[in-house]
Amino acid sequence: MTGAVVRPLPDPHAFLARRARWSAPEILFWLSTLLPFWLFPDYLSLASQIAVWALFAISVDLILGYAGIVTLGHAVFFGIGAYTAGLLGKHGWGEPLSGLLIAATAAAAVGFLISFFVVRARHLALLMITIGIVFMAREAANALHWITGGSDGLQGIRIDPVLGRFEFDLWGTTAYGYALAVLFVAFVFCRRLVNSPFGLALQGIRENPTRMLAIGSPMRWRLQQVFTFSAGLAGLAGAVLAQTTETVSLESLGFQRSADVVIMLILGGTGRLYGGILGAVIFLVARDQLSDVNPRYWYFWIGMLLIGVVLFMRDGLLGGLSRLWDRVRGRGA
Amino acid sequence: MTIALSTDGLAKSFGSLAVTRQVSINVPQGGRFALIGPNGAGKTTLINLMTGLLKPDGGRILLGGEDITAAPAAARVKRGLVRTFQINTLFLNLTPLEAVTLAVCERRGIAGHAWRTVGAHRDAVDEAFAILTSLRLGHDCLRLTRELAYGQQRLLEIALALATKPRVLLLDEPAAGVPRDESAELFSAIAALPSDVTVLFIEHDMNLVFRFASRIIVLVAGGVLTEGTPQEIGADPRVREVYLGNRGHLPATGSVGGGHAHG
Ligand SMILES: Nc1ncnc2c1ncn2[C@@H]1O[C@H](COP(=O)(O)OP(=O)(O)OP(=O)(O)O)[C@@H](O)[C@H]1O
Ligand SMILES: [Mg+2]
Repeated sequence: MTGAVVRPLPDPHAFLARRARWSAPEILFWLSTLLPFWLFPDYLSLASQIAVWALFAISVDLILGYAGIVTLGHAVFFGIGAYTAGLLGKHGWGEPLSGLLIAATAAAAVGFLISFFVVRARHLALLMITIGIVFMAREAANALHWITGGSDGLQGIRIDPVLGRFEFDLWGTTAYGYALAVLFVAFVFCRRLVNSPFGLALQGIRENPTRMLAIGSPMRWRLQQVFTFSAGLAGLAGAVLAQTTETVSLESLGFQRSADVVIMLILGGTGRLYGGILGAVIFLVARDQLSDVNPRYWYFWIGMLLIGVVLFMRDGLLGGLSRLWDRVRGRGA
Repeated sequence: MTIALSTDGLAKSFGSLAVTRQVSINVPQGGRFALIGPNGAGKTTLINLMTGLLKPDGGRILLGGEDITAAPAAARVKRGLVRTFQINTLFLNLTPLEAVTLAVCERRGIAGHAWRTVGAHRDAVDEAFAILTSLRLGHDCLRLTRELAYGQQRLLEIALALATKPRVLLLDEPAAGVPRDESAELFSAIAALPSDVTVLFIEHDMNLVFRFASRIIVLVAGGVLTEGTPQEIGADPRVREVYLGNRGHLPATGSVGGGHAHG
């Protein structure tokens, strides 16, 4: 504190612009998502699964990581998207892009209805509500087996070539390109959203609901909006999975799937969008590799990893990595 | 004289404990009122009732003559009734710049905009930054709130309230825990508010109360004991008794009614 020296004030605009700008690691990351086409052509179907799960995890990150709503029921929306897209494809509506749009809209509409319950509960009650909904949805889908195929899954889905040109092939080249493109476009939207005033409001709700009331924020409405949007995104992810694999199973709206996506997000790190992507990569690659070794016990390793991350890396693996990056850059500067 | 804020027979109990007993007060527009009383008198509870964080068991709350007893908390803020908290209630993992910009955006009705970045709303950012610099938070407004010194966090409480452009501002011990010299400065910032802004503040330091309040309301055991100008309150034997009965609680106990009344 040297009173005589007048410190210049920082520039708030430069600070906010820096926050919103695409950084070099980000651009490198997205370029590297193209590598599987050449480096791992045998793993393209795994890569497209990763893209689907990453999108699903990002949808959960918006509500859990940003707005602070815990949920163990988000697979409901994933499943609605998957069944909607699947049913469309089965009954002659094979055009994929419009299928996506319809599926996402259906999931968002159901999400909006459910949001009325969700914004009225918190903590454990909220968790129970979301679990309750996922149980009900799964049993309903099972009971409606003449529509959904029940436990046999929905078969006989036919999807037209994307944009009338790119046919879904056996090697999964189109599938991965398609899933990646959807992931990227959705990501760009989410990235804008979290950097907008609305994104700030979501973080405010997570940080301190009482303060949000005190600055006059219509909190419930904001939560309903983001929940609806998030449900739509989850539906989008489900729809991509249905279209690229041309099948939908009951598991797609089960409790396990809801828990898995939250695990991915926690592993990768919440509240930064990329955490969900990183988590999906780790989870699915680990599952692929470990289930080769011992297919039945691979959750043992996931469980261990989860405990390790939660205990030792507060903000997930990405949080740990970004602290490392800050230190490296701090030294360099 | 228009009444900015008033309560009429306001009552609240927690179980068998009556914390607010038939409180009827009138605060005129532009008034600088102090609300004093010993610990546990129900001062914070009264503010919680007025701002809608608690529902009263009985009575009415009027803002500018309109009944807001049933209005949701956020709606009261929209009408200009704003408060700060005795215990810091902040966004710890946001920067003060983001927090105050958010408050400005909520007031301007653009906090629901989800496409353009926060930085693209330049006016809102400029306004937030101006509020922060006016409270001497400009230098540290890009750090995380959790890293700020306690006194700075108290100032941020006020910055957030100012960002909503209050017409009636309720301050719950704004200077609690702030060093003496800084607390006078903090109150000067409040005194510099436009004269049509109505202020009701809770404060235990009698020096500050006598310096900045035009009228004082004394709350004891949930009820209004008395109300008057600083001179009247300072000379009131009942008030002296209440405070002497709580010896050690007030840093300036001896100064009640003493030479600090600037009137
Ligand atoms: N939510 C609550 N549930 C039960 N009792 C409460 C609650 N809030 C406050 N009280 C009790 O009500 C009484 C008044 O509390 P309040 O916080 O309004 O006092 P105060 O005048 O602000 O005191 P202080 O000067 O210590 O801030 C206290 O006895 C307190 O314990
Ligand atoms: Mg209090």
